[in-house]
Amino acid sequence: MSDFFNSGWSIYISIVTLIGIACCIWLLFSQRTITVIRAKDGSISADTGHVWDEDLRELNNPLPRWWMIMFLLSCIFALLYLFVFPGLGSNPGYFEYSTQGDLKKSLISANNELKPVYAKYMGMSVEDVAKDPQAKIMGQRLYLNSCAQCHGSDAGGSKGFPNLTDGDWLYGGTPENIKTTITNGRGGVMPSFAQLGEKDLVNVANYVRNLSGLPADSIKVAQGEAIFKANCVGCHGSDGKGNIIVGAPNLTDKVWLYGGSQATILETLTKGRQGMMPAQDKVLSPEKIHLLTAYVWGLSNTNSSAK
Amino acid sequence: MPETSSIGGKPVPIEVIEESLYEIRNKIHPRSVSGIFAKWRIILVILTQALFYGLPWLSWNGRQAVLFDLVQRKFYIFGLVLWPQDIIYLTLLLIISALSLFLFTAVAGRLFCGYACPQTVYTEIFMWVERKIEGDRFARIKLDNKKWPWSFKKIRLKLAKHFVWLFIAFFTGFTFVGYFTPIHVLSDKLIHFTLGPWQTFWLCFYGFATWGNAGFMREQVCKYMCPYSRFQSVMVDKDTFVVTYDKIRGEPRGSRNKSTDHAALGLGDCVNCSICVQVCPTGIDIRDGLQYMCIGCGACIDACDQVMEKVNYPKGLIRYTSENAMQNKEAHQSIFKHIFRPRVIVYSAIIGILISLFLFSLVTRNPLRVDVMRDRGALAREVDGVRLENIYRIQVMNSSEFPMKVSLKAKGLDDLKILNSQGREIEEIEVAPASNQLMPIKVSTMIGSSEPGNYPIHFDIEAQEFVGNKTLIRKRHEKSTFIIPR
Repeated sequence: MSDFFNSGWSIYISIVTLIGIACCIWLLFSQRTITVIRAKDGSISADTGHVWDEDLRELNNPLPRWWMIMFLLSCIFALLYLFVFPGLGSNPGYFEYSTQGDLKKSLISANNELKPVYAKYMGMSVEDVAKDPQAKIMGQRLYLNSCAQCHGSDAGGSKGFPNLTDGDWLYGGTPENIKTTITNGRGGVMPSFAQLGEKDLVNVANYVRNLSGLPADSIKVAQGEAIFKANCVGCHGSDGKGNIIVGAPNLTDKVWLYGGSQATILETLTKGRQGMMPAQDKVLSPEKIHLLTAYVWGLSNTNSSAK
Repeated sequence: MPETSSIGGKPVPIEVIEESLYEIRNKIHPRSVSGIFAKWRIILVILTQALFYGLPWLSWNGRQAVLFDLVQRKFYIFGLVLWPQDIIYLTLLLIISALSLFLFTAVAGRLFCGYACPQTVYTEIFMWVERKIEGDRFARIKLDNKKWPWSFKKIRLKLAKHFVWLFIAFFTGFTFVGYFTPIHVLSDKLIHFTLGPWQTFWLCFYGFATWGNAGFMREQVCKYMCPYSRFQSVMVDKDTFVVTYDKIRGEPRGSRNKSTDHAALGLGDCVNCSICVQVCPTGIDIRDGLQYMCIGCGACIDACDQVMEKVNYPKGLIRYTSENAMQNKEAHQSIFKHIFRPRVIVYSAIIGILISLFLFSLVTRNPLRVDVMRDRGALAREVDGVRLENIYRIQVMNSSEFPMKVSLKAKGLDDLKILNSQGREIEEIEVAPASNQLMPIKVSTMIGSSEPGNYPIHFDIEAQEFVGNKTLIRKRHEKSTFIIPR
């Protein structure tokens, strides 16, 4: 516990707490008798003799003794509690209990319970896990918790976040590739080519649209080809089919991460793009990543999975 | 402090003393009583306990009829399966119970305390055992007297009593836990000594609480712990029927010879036999007037009526009547007219409305629940440059005990189409009994069919519930938003 900025406060709080309990006990004992009036015949008056506002009397209705004993027991309980549990300043108590420790313990026990389930899947290949209906449900839950924020609940992706169901992969679609992507994350960089000037960039954009069979100005396509060959083939390849080692997209298909309109392509060329898949190795256990890999792989390999 | 005070003008010598503020409990040994109210109490003890002890053993549809499954968070009450989402029914039930308490108290005082409260009921059972083993009031006073040394007989009687008490107490604890763990499983586990730690804890806790409260604490619970006893006095007014000693008729009290005419001696009808005090389970003297310790059990009425019969006086020196009736010496018939006073009518009306609402909503309760959550990560996406897609998660909950087949429709925009996450048409979704299912769906419309903006859409969900060979149709209407970006 580091809630106090120095140990003086902890001592101060401890003293206030203990004095509070001591005062409770003192109050109970100092007030254990009451002054009453006894008549000569031995009868004790029903009130304490205190009268206010002419006729408002304080009656003498004694408390039961077990109530006092309970009060004392509560004080003893409080002292015992403070001894074994945290409560006196920053003293952790004899049991050194903390809610964080409790959480850790329950996490460990939950993980131990899940171990045999995971162990079964860890022994299977990704392709086989993808066929298992139970693993699919677990995978979906993991996916919805950890991936759906960016890739969408249906894994269909959105602008800047790849669609995981279309069979098109920036970094490769084999189970090993997918697992590497999830575990270590990826950073895809499309540099800015603003220095080429807008006219050349428009030509390149037309060339790129032509590659994937989209309508384009044929003159600009021809002019763009030379600029493409000079600047883009390093990553996207001379045929424009991309490179899964650097995550350069295939430009000949109809899949566009940021959009395929001329204006969007121009924006991509001018400003560049920064794609970022965060690494999950610190967040998810290898077992969970294995299940997720199978789920994600299964999304676009539905034919090979058992139906 | 003054040395003398004056009462009635005459100086009385007094003395100022210190006394303990805490009172040692004087054990009360109520005398057994018979009569109409005692009979009613026995009937109610049997009814409430038959209900409490018997209910967990009933079965329904192959499961325990009444079971509160805290782990699965499902609460079975006969044909009904309640989920935590149904908390409103518990709230309503508690409000109705509280209002009923108000109504009963306004009409006839602390009826609940005297006849149905578990504290009274278990005390009654424990006192019955005590009476059977140790004998009636005087035998018990003698037995508990400090002068009686610990003899074999005393030890035998006390041991026998506590053995029976503990048996009842632990059976009560067992039954209590049986509402939360299937009672057949529980009894198996109990026989084989394989109860879980929490089951053991609650069984013992409830058992010891019963033993302590009904065996030892008794009236102390009513006098010092129970909040109802304090606030019920607020609901009592001058027309409320309460256990009342007829002061006008009874005073001045005094013993008398049967042959003499007590009226000539200037005596009232009270023969000062103190039996009304002896039978009182809270140890009060009803002749001092209505007190907060009085639980309205009517034991003194039964006892006094018997005495009045013996001495040939009219019954009802202590009776159920109202303060107004007592002062105005009203006939029994006219008292009943005061029952329908505004307070009672308002309480009854509210209870009537709430019970109708409660029953109506229970009968028309829809076991199909649907949650629609729009994906917030993305506004929308284009599909093949033709359609515009929004993504939703649909959670379908089937809170009935029968399987459901659910179909989905989206409405509110032109040409809305629903696909599952694999991009296929959604046929019927099967949802198993008492379970829920989450599925991501894609909803799409044609690009350009509507201007950019946020559109309210709704999902029409229709489920077929297969109850035996009947099929019930359940419907839900869930609102959501469809976004067409600029």
